[in-house]
Amino acid sequence: MHAIEIEGLSKSYSVGFLKKQLRPALKGLTLAVNAGETFGFLGPNGAGKTTTLKLLMGLIFPTAGSATILGKPYHDPDVRKRIGFLPEQPYFYDYLSAPEVLDYYGRLSGLSASTRKQRVPELLHQVGLGDVGNKQLRKFSKGMLQRVGIAQAIVHDPEVVFLDEPMSGLDPLGRHEIRELIQGLKDAGKTVFFSTHILSDAEALCDRVAVVHKGELRGVGVMKDLRSGGGDKSEVIWEGAAALQVAQRFVLDSHVTGELVRATVKSTDLDSLLELLRQQRARLVSVTPLHGTLEEYFLAKTSEQEPARV
Amino acid sequence: MTERLSAITLNTFREAVRDRVLYNLIVFVLLLLASAPLFSQISIGMERLILVNVGLSSISLFGVLIAIFIGIGLVSKEIEKKTLYTILSRPVRRWEFIVGKYLGLMLTLTVNALLMTLGFYIALFITDRGLHAGDAPLLVSVYFSLLQFLIVTAVTLLFSSFSTPIFSAIFAFALFVIGTFADDLRDFASAAHGLTGLLATGTAYLVPNFSTLNVISRVAHDQRIAGALIIYNSVYALLYSAAVTAAAVLVFERRNLK
Repeated sequence: MHAIEIEGLSKSYSVGFLKKQLRPALKGLTLAVNAGETFGFLGPNGAGKTTTLKLLMGLIFPTAGSATILGKPYHDPDVRKRIGFLPEQPYFYDYLSAPEVLDYYGRLSGLSASTRKQRVPELLHQVGLGDVGNKQLRKFSKGMLQRVGIAQAIVHDPEVVFLDEPMSGLDPLGRHEIRELIQGLKDAGKTVFFSTHILSDAEALCDRVAVVHKGELRGVGVMKDLRSGGGDKSEVIWEGAAALQVAQRFVLDSHVTGELVRATVKSTDLDSLLELLRQQRARLVSVTPLHGTLEEYFLAKTSEQEPARV
Repeated sequence: MTERLSAITLNTFREAVRDRVLYNLIVFVLLLLASAPLFSQISIGMERLILVNVGLSSISLFGVLIAIFIGIGLVSKEIEKKTLYTILSRPVRRWEFIVGKYLGLMLTLTVNALLMTLGFYIALFITDRGLHAGDAPLLVSVYFSLLQFLIVTAVTLLFSSFSTPIFSAIFAFALFVIGTFADDLRDFASAAHGLTGLLATGTAYLVPNFSTLNVISRVAHDQRIAGALIIYNSVYALLYSAAVTAAAVLVFERRNLK
């Protein structure tokens, strides 16, 4: 079953002094997202990611096309009760405390007073804000605000969660925390649709990705296929150049600096190589999985020459 | 629907209450009222008249200023700061947001006016060494100020739904000034002929008539306010503000929140 179905969705803005010129921001987007799937919506800045999310949230109106969420038109009030949304770089009422903000959004989403009373402290604990008390949001760090953002998006326990650049502007620790929260949503069986231009985030979390560029959908790929598409390699670094002679049959590419060897191997050969290195008494320094294919896929799909196709 | 409306209304009120500008205005007005005895030093025997004029005018003017300066940001600030995105992506209709914001600001203005009225009556009590039967009709002027706020808030909200805060403030304040002279505009319209007369008549009836809501000098001179005028002004303010709020909703319903 599809949680989200988008059919020919387009948006153009009037530009120029007399507003007579039309500048397309999204051109005939057709896309389907399965229920329970974590779907990455990738594209460089200005590709049309935020436009798509704003259209689905009913914040702007499409020039053409339609979309359904959970089998109903995206603007249906019933749908709104079953979805959550985190905008890019969100700002909340900074005169409120985190419990007040969540209570307010819970109320707008139709939660009863008793449900809110139980749900809000639970949720604050879940996003790691259990100890903030009644501190106003104006005193929160960016990472804490982003956690409030995720909390408000799921306060009413929605089935589908839309996140617009959820890791944008966060430090590595903040990004890790948000990634964990999204992983939690995924584990809870929610459908997660999130836009990002950070490929490592998409790679870590997504089941499938779509690439948009200049308002056009350039491709949709399954992460598992992309990983196993010949690009799933590992980088192994060890000390003991002599072992390279014996290990040569597993190595795709190597670089030797003194006794230090940096070699690229297929992940399927990794165990054999490590066993061999142990036998050769080489000292293992590191093993790093290399998933270069998403980046390759992204670059191929966003290149100027790439024709628009699904 | 009621739950969502009341949530937006109360949040708008809470924002204003936690905004220190509002407190400063109340303090300022109370200081102004406290200065009434000082004016009376200049005009011997006219303490009450001056106090009533200054007090009721302050209640009206400060309410209008609050309505305009909070009203201009009601919608535009929410769009600019994107707080609206997390509201309209929920089962909240756009009209509910506009009406909730409107009611929230009206609640703020009403509470503010009541606090000022309390301060005003305390000042009257001190000046007159007690309250008298003649002080009760002064409340009609306060009531008319509240009706005035209904219209000013609706007009400001309409401008805020499609324009920037600065332009909204200019438009709203200009309309308030024109509306204050609405009776003069109607007199001019009835005297003018041809296209000028037509335009003046149209403008006179289109702009809000604030002059009919200003009875401060009449109540200050103990003149009786007819019940018919109270009913007429109530119906007029309710209909005018409802029509303008409906226009704000219509504009906002079609707006792309870029």
